Amino acid sequence: MKASKALAVPYAVWVLIFTVVPLALVVWFAITDSDGSLTLENIFAMSDYMSVLFRSILFAIIATVICLIIAFPAAYIISRASAINQSTLIVLLMVPMWINFLLRTYAWMTLLEQNGLINKLLGLIGLGPYNLINNSGAVILGMVYNYLPFMILPLYSVMVKIDHSIIEAAQDLGSNKVRLVRKVLLPLSMPGISTGVIAVFVPSVSTFIISRMLGGGTNDLIGDLIEMQFSGNSYNPHLGSAMALVLMIIVLFMMSLFNQFGSEEDMPI
Amino acid sequence: MKSLSSKIYMYLLYIFLYLPILVLIVFSFNQSKSRANWTGFTLHWYGDLFRDERILTALLNTVIVAVCASVLATILGTMAALGIHSMKKTGRAILMGATYVPVINPEIIMGISLMILFKFFATHFHLRFGFATLILAHISFDVPYVIYNVLPKLRAMNPNLVEAAQDLGCNPRQAFFKAVIPEIMPGIFSGFLMAMTYSVDDFVVSYFTSGTNVEPLSVTIESMTRVKVSPKINALSAIIFVVICAIMIIKNLIENRKLRRDLALSRAARQ
Amino acid sequence: MKKIISLLIAAVLMLSLAGCGSSPADEKRIPTEEILESFGLDPELFSDYDYDRFYGQEITLNVANWGEYMSINDDEMVDVNEVFEALTGIEVNYKTYASNETLYSKLLSGGATYDIIIPSDYMISKMISEDMLQKLDWNNIPNTANVMPSFLHAQYDPNDEYSVPYLWGMVAIIYNAAMIDDEIDSWGALWDEKYAGNILMFNNPRDAFGIAQAYLGYSLNTESEAELDRCFELLRQQKEIVQGYVMDEIFDKMEGGSAAIAPYYVGDAVVMCEDNPDLDYVIPKEGTNWFVDAMCIPATAENKEAAEMYINFLCEPEIALANSEYVGYSTPNAVTYSLLDDEVKNDEKRYPSDEFLSEHTEVFINLSDGTNAYMQNLWNQLKIDNTNVWFVPIFLVLLIAATIFVNVWRARKKKRDNF
Repeated sequence: MKASKALAVPYAVWVLIFTVVPLALVVWFAITDSDGSLTLENIFAMSDYMSVLFRSILFAIIATVICLIIAFPAAYIISRASAINQSTLIVLLMVPMWINFLLRTYAWMTLLEQNGLINKLLGLIGLGPYNLINNSGAVILGMVYNYLPFMILPLYSVMVKIDHSIIEAAQDLGSNKVRLVRKVLLPLSMPGISTGVIAVFVPSVSTFIISRMLGGGTNDLIGDLIEMQFSGNSYNPHLGSAMALVLMIIVLFMMSLFNQFGSEEDMPI
Repeated sequence: MKSLSSKIYMYLLYIFLYLPILVLIVFSFNQSKSRANWTGFTLHWYGDLFRDERILTALLNTVIVAVCASVLATILGTMAALGIHSMKKTGRAILMGATYVPVINPEIIMGISLMILFKFFATHFHLRFGFATLILAHISFDVPYVIYNVLPKLRAMNPNLVEAAQDLGCNPRQAFFKAVIPEIMPGIFSGFLMAMTYSVDDFVVSYFTSGTNVEPLSVTIESMTRVKVSPKINALSAIIFVVICAIMIIKNLIENRKLRRDLALSRAARQ
Repeated sequence: MKKIISLLIAAVLMLSLAGCGSSPADEKRIPTEEILESFGLDPELFSDYDYDRFYGQEITLNVANWGEYMSINDDEMVDVNEVFEALTGIEVNYKTYASNETLYSKLLSGGATYDIIIPSDYMISKMISEDMLQKLDWNNIPNTANVMPSFLHAQYDPNDEYSVPYLWGMVAIIYNAAMIDDEIDSWGALWDEKYAGNILMFNNPRDAFGIAQAYLGYSLNTESEAELDRCFELLRQQKEIVQGYVMDEIFDKMEGGSAAIAPYYVGDAVVMCEDNPDLDYVIPKEGTNWFVDAMCIPATAENKEAAEMYINFLCEPEIALANSEYVGYSTPNAVTYSLLDDEVKNDEKRYPSDEFLSEHTEVFINLSDGTNAYMQNLWNQLKIDNTNVWFVPIFLVLLIAATIFVNVWRARKKKRDNF
C-alpha cells in the first residue's frame, strides 16, 4: 500500500492553497497598511476593541455554560433510554439543526419583538410589553438555541458508552446523586464535555448574524466588527484581519485548554 | 426515560427546540403580514413563494453548489484518507493537523481569508466570484468531514485484506476496487452526506465568497430578513421543515426496523 | 453508490437545464406599445429609444440599489424591472445594499461586480476621486434631458460626467403618535429619556453623525475633530437609550409599533405613514440633510452600454413616476414632476421650496480621507466601549504564553506517562 501515499498529494496541495495561504494572507493583512508597508498599527488599534472582544468571550462563555447545564441531564436521560427511544430522541434533536440557522434565529426574532407573540401573550394576562429583543439576553438565547445540539450530541455519544453497571455499582456503594454525578458521570464524560464546549464556544464567540438579528446593532460582537471591516459600514480589511487574527488566537487558546481533557484520537466533531 | 421528572425535562427541552419553528410555520398560513395577530387562514404566501424567482434560483444554486462540492470533496477526501492511512507518523500528524484547521477555525475567519484569497485570484488570474469560488470554498470545509468518516473505516479494516485479495488472483488495482473500496464505502457515504449537510446549511462562508451573480439560499434568506419581511420566509421554513422531517422519519423507520430485527434475532438466538 | 451519484448528477443536469431554458434567443419581440400597454403604461409618454438593440443576446445586468428603493415585488404597482426585461430582453439581477458605506465595502472587498449602482452625493464624489466610476456616454442616455436643471452640475459631479440623479429627499424624524404625546420638532427628541428603549438610530456613520451635527448646529461637513468628538459623545450618550441601530429593518419596526421614534429618509417615512396611520414625520427645526441619490456605473462594470440603457429607462417619465410613487422619494425628473398630483407637489416636506432647502438643509460633501477615517474610527468606537491602549498586546502575549505553556506541559506529561 506504499504507493497510496501519493493519493494524499492532491489534498496536501489543496490544504496549502485553501487553508494555509489564506490564513497567511490574513496575518499579512493584519501587519500591513493599505500601502502594503509593515505596521503594527492595526494590532495596537485592537486595544480599542478590547471591550467588544471581552463581551464576545463573555457571551460565548455564558452560552457555553448554559448549554452544558441544559445538555448534561438531557444527554444522560437520552443515553439511558431504550435503544429505539434513543434513536428517535436523537433524530428529534437533529431536525431543528437541519433547518437553516438563519431561519431559526429569525423565528426568535418574531417571537421576541416588542409586538411579537410573547409580548402579545403576556399582554393578555396584563403584563408587559417588555424589551425582550435587542439586548444581551436575546443574543445569548440565540446562541444557546442554535448551538445546544452541538453540546448534547457529543455528550450523548460519550455517555451511551458508559456501562450501566458502573452507575449501578456506584449507587449500590451508597453514592448519592450529587456524588454519582461528580465522581462517576463527570469524569467519564469529560471527552464529550470538551468536544461540546469547543463546538459551542467557537461558533458563539465568532458569530455575527445572531448578534445582528437579535442584538439590533447595540450588542455588536467581534464577529460583527470583522464583518463590518470587510463588507459593512467601515471598510478596512487590514484592521479586520487584525481582529480575525486575535480571534484566531483566542480560539487556539480555548482549544489547547480543553484538548487536554479529551484524548488525542477523538474525532473533533 | 424512567422517572417523571426526566420525562418532563425532555418535553420542556423539545418544546424549547421546536416551539419557535412551529410558530413560524403556523404564521405562514396567516392572512396578514403580522407575526403576532392571527387574521385568518390562507395559502397565499406559498403561491408567492413559488412565484419568487429569486428564491427558486437561490435554491437551485444551493443544490448545485452542495452537490458539486460534496462530490468533489468526497473524492478528494477519500483519496486523502487512503494516503494519510499509509503515511508515517510525522506526515500523518501534519496533514491531520491541517485537516483539523477548517473544523475548528471560526467560520467567519475561513470566510474572510478565502475572500482575500479569491480577491487576489480575481485581480491576477481573472477568477470570477460565483459558482467557482463557492464550490472551492465549500470543498475546503467539506473535505475534513469526509476524511474523519473514512479514516476510522480504514483503521478498522483488516490489514491483510489486500494481500488476501491478491492471493486470490486480483491485481493491485482490482484488489483496491474490489476489496478496499467496498470495505470503506459506508464511511465514504456518511462523509458524503455530512459534507452535503454542511454545504446546504452554510451561510457564513458563502456570504463572503459568493459575489454578485450566484446567491445561495442562505444568503437570500439573510437579505430577506433585513428588509421588510414577507411571510414568504415563513412558508419557506415550513417547506424546509416538512422535507427534513420526511427524510428523518423515513431514515428513522428504516433504522428502527433494522434495530427491532436485530433485537428479535438476538433474542431468538438466545432461546 | 454509483447509481446514487449518477442519479444526483442527472438531477443536477435537469435542474440546470430547467434554469437555462427560460429565454430562447430566437423569440421575436412583440412591439413596444403592446409591451407597455400590457403593463398599463402609456406608450405616448415613452421615448422612442431603441430598447431592443440587445434583444436575444442573453445579457445580464447586475443592479445594486438601496433596499425598498424601486417599484418591484408589489402586486399593485408596476414592476419596473419586469418592464425593462420585456422591453430589452436583458435580464436584471437586482441586489440591495443597506448604506453607502456598505456598497463601498462590497465594491472593494469582494467579488461584487455591479453594472449599476445608486449611491448618494458624497459617496459619488468619493468614488470619483478613487477612480471607482466610469464616465457616462450621454448620447446613450437621451432621457437625461428630463432632469431638472437645478440637479445638474451638482457639487458631487460638477461636469455631469459620472452620474444621473435618481431620487432625492431629506432626513426627517418619524414617530408614532400613539406612543408619543409631545409635539416633536427637534432632533433633541431622539435624546429624550422618556423614550428610552423606543428610539431607533441610523446604522451608518455619516447619517448618524449628521443627526448629531444638525442637533448641535455644526456643519454636516465639518472637518473639525473637536466637533466630531462632541458629536461622538452625544451619540454615545444616546446609545444608552437606543433600542437598535437599523437601516431597512426600520420599516418593520416602525410600522409594527416596535419603536416609537427614529430618524429616517422622508420618502420612506411617507411609505411607512401610509402603512400605519399612527405614524407621522417632521423636519426638525435645527435643519437637516438634503441628499440626492444618483445612478452610476462602476469602473468594473461589464455591460456599460446596457447599463446606460437601464439608466435611460429609469429616466422615462412613467417609470420614474412609478418609482417615485412607490418609494415616496422626490423626483428630479421634470416630466415626472408634472405628472404628479398637486397634493404631492405642494407637500412642503417632499417638495420643499428652494428657500427652504438653502436655509434649512445642507448636502453631504465627501470629507477628506483623514476626517473620513476619523469618523469611521469613532463609529467603530460607538459600537463598542473604550479601554486601555496596551490591553490587547498584553492580552495576546498572555494568551500565547498560556497556550505554549499548556502544550509544553501536556507534552511533558505524555513523556512521563510513557516511561
